[in-house]
Amino acid sequence: MTMTDPNKIIEVKNLVKHYGNFKAVEEVTFDVYKGDVFGFLGPNGAGKSTTIRTILSLIKPTAGEIRLFGKELSKNRNYILSKIGCIVEKPDFYLYLSAQKNLEIFGRVSGTNITQNNIHQMLEFVGLKGREKDQVSGFSHGMKQRLGIAQTLLHNPQLIILDEPTTGLDPQGIIDIRNLILQLRNEQNKTVVLSSHILSEIELIANRMVIINKGKTIVQGSVADLLNQNDVIVLFGVSNTQKAMQVLTQQLPQNNYTILDNKIQVAISNEKIPIINKLLCDNQIDVFSIESKRKLEDYFLKLINA
Amino acid sequence: MFWKSTYNEFIKIAAKPRSYISLAAITVLVSVILFAMKVDGQSYISFIMSSFEQTMSFEGNMLNGYLMAFIILQMLIIHIPLLVALVTGDLVSGEAAMGTIRMLLTKPISRTQILLSKLLAGYAYTLVILLWLGIMAIFASQLLFGIGDLMVLNSDGLVILQANDLPWRFVCGFGVSYLALITIATLATTLSCFSENSIGPIVSTMAIIIFFTIIGTLDVAVFDPIRPFLFTTHMMAWRSFFADPLPTDAILQSVAVLIAHIVGLIGIALYQFNKKDILS
Repeated sequence: MTMTDPNKIIEVKNLVKHYGNFKAVEEVTFDVYKGDVFGFLGPNGAGKSTTIRTILSLIKPTAGEIRLFGKELSKNRNYILSKIGCIVEKPDFYLYLSAQKNLEIFGRVSGTNITQNNIHQMLEFVGLKGREKDQVSGFSHGMKQRLGIAQTLLHNPQLIILDEPTTGLDPQGIIDIRNLILQLRNEQNKTVVLSSHILSEIELIANRMVIINKGKTIVQGSVADLLNQNDVIVLFGVSNTQKAMQVLTQQLPQNNYTILDNKIQVAISNEKIPIINKLLCDNQIDVFSIESKRKLEDYFLKLINA
Repeated sequence: MFWKSTYNEFIKIAAKPRSYISLAAITVLVSVILFAMKVDGQSYISFIMSSFEQTMSFEGNMLNGYLMAFIILQMLIIHIPLLVALVTGDLVSGEAAMGTIRMLLTKPISRTQILLSKLLAGYAYTLVILLWLGIMAIFASQLLFGIGDLMVLNSDGLVILQANDLPWRFVCGFGVSYLALITIATLATTLSCFSENSIGPIVSTMAIIIFFTIIGTLDVAVFDPIRPFLFTTHMMAWRSFFADPLPTDAILQSVAVLIAHIVGLIGIALYQFNKKDILS
């Protein structure tokens, strides 16, 4: 008998999925712990969707082990799915039914007793109050996405799997979803698995992540550890780029400087930002802007292109 | 969970506009037939009876509600499979096309239960169609044409059945017709499990019915061994209830073949639906 860590919500080991000769997932391994906001990253065709669908039992794996809540998925499917809320790819609904009827239909088979009050509260929560009787066929993509979130949370699941949840949302909608995810983690101790192409979103809210490519896990772990977040990438907009490069490479040679879009780019700790700023000013170089750049994008591209 | 899922399926069928096409079509067709027979039915009867009038004499109301119900059943039961397939062929593939199958199959209910609840709802819909046909064919006909004995012309000759002997025959006839129609519903749902769009299973169901019907009616010896096992051969088994004496063995054989088809098709559908990877 295998002892499993009770804090492990998802345990995927050596997952393989082949369609004939096509290897959609070759060897994916990762763990998600209770309370994680877990980023699931990879380029298009990396096997993210196949992995998520396998975890949700939409696809049968060719090989490998999947355990959720400490139980094997293949033997405890219904128990496991009763604790999960998800959006896979995009939320699709019965277009000829109203938002309320759609939630009633999915709520009825969610394994939890869902009342009309629950449905109204959830519709209000996602900002669809007043539209509950409208047919979903008349909803915009953003409204369907919000209804998808309502459907996901309706039965109060412990694990929430969101595949590209911000696609098609306006900036306010993206901020709302981000805040919602953080609220779910911080106030309700929910575990959230988040697949997104918007790396800055993942960097902002995920505490752990996995990056997969060509069906294989490349790296997994804490976002802070993987990105070495003691350093930030900073862009200095200056009056004379060439002179600034000369000054910096001579006086602070321990850093690696590059010129990007006529700005000086350097990876440094936060404490060094005012030192560089002062040095530039002391050498009669005007500093117009200091921008901090997200590191995940660079890290991701470096790994994928390696 | 199974009954909740079945209730969901009822709601979905009831909310789809296409579900009402069948009821509207039956209403229009039966009304047209009844109107035509009311206007010109007597000459139609005279034409049919002309070959018997030299040897027999007929008294009473021959153009009655029972005869009309028989004619309507004979004319429409062949076409109702299309109306049944229109809805049941969409039960699984329609959800795949819409993407809702993805949402549904991530809920804590087994695929077997989901499929069986869809089938049950499809059978209930088929029953509604047949009941509506029965109401239109029997009750509306009787209101317009009254009650009388039924004369049935079959391969053995002319059979005259008394009016008080007819209700149970119609009930049993509709029962066997229902079995034939749910065979079609099961076939359409099974094909629906293999498809990602709605049109494919509907067209395929009709193609299979046409193909088997041609094989069944083609008077070629090479098809003799398989003919008794084709479900299309038994779709008109309801007529056996209007024979005298009742061909009990033939009726039981038809019922057995239809049930065997239903069970076999459900097995195939369950196997396919349970092993299917949801990629839509």
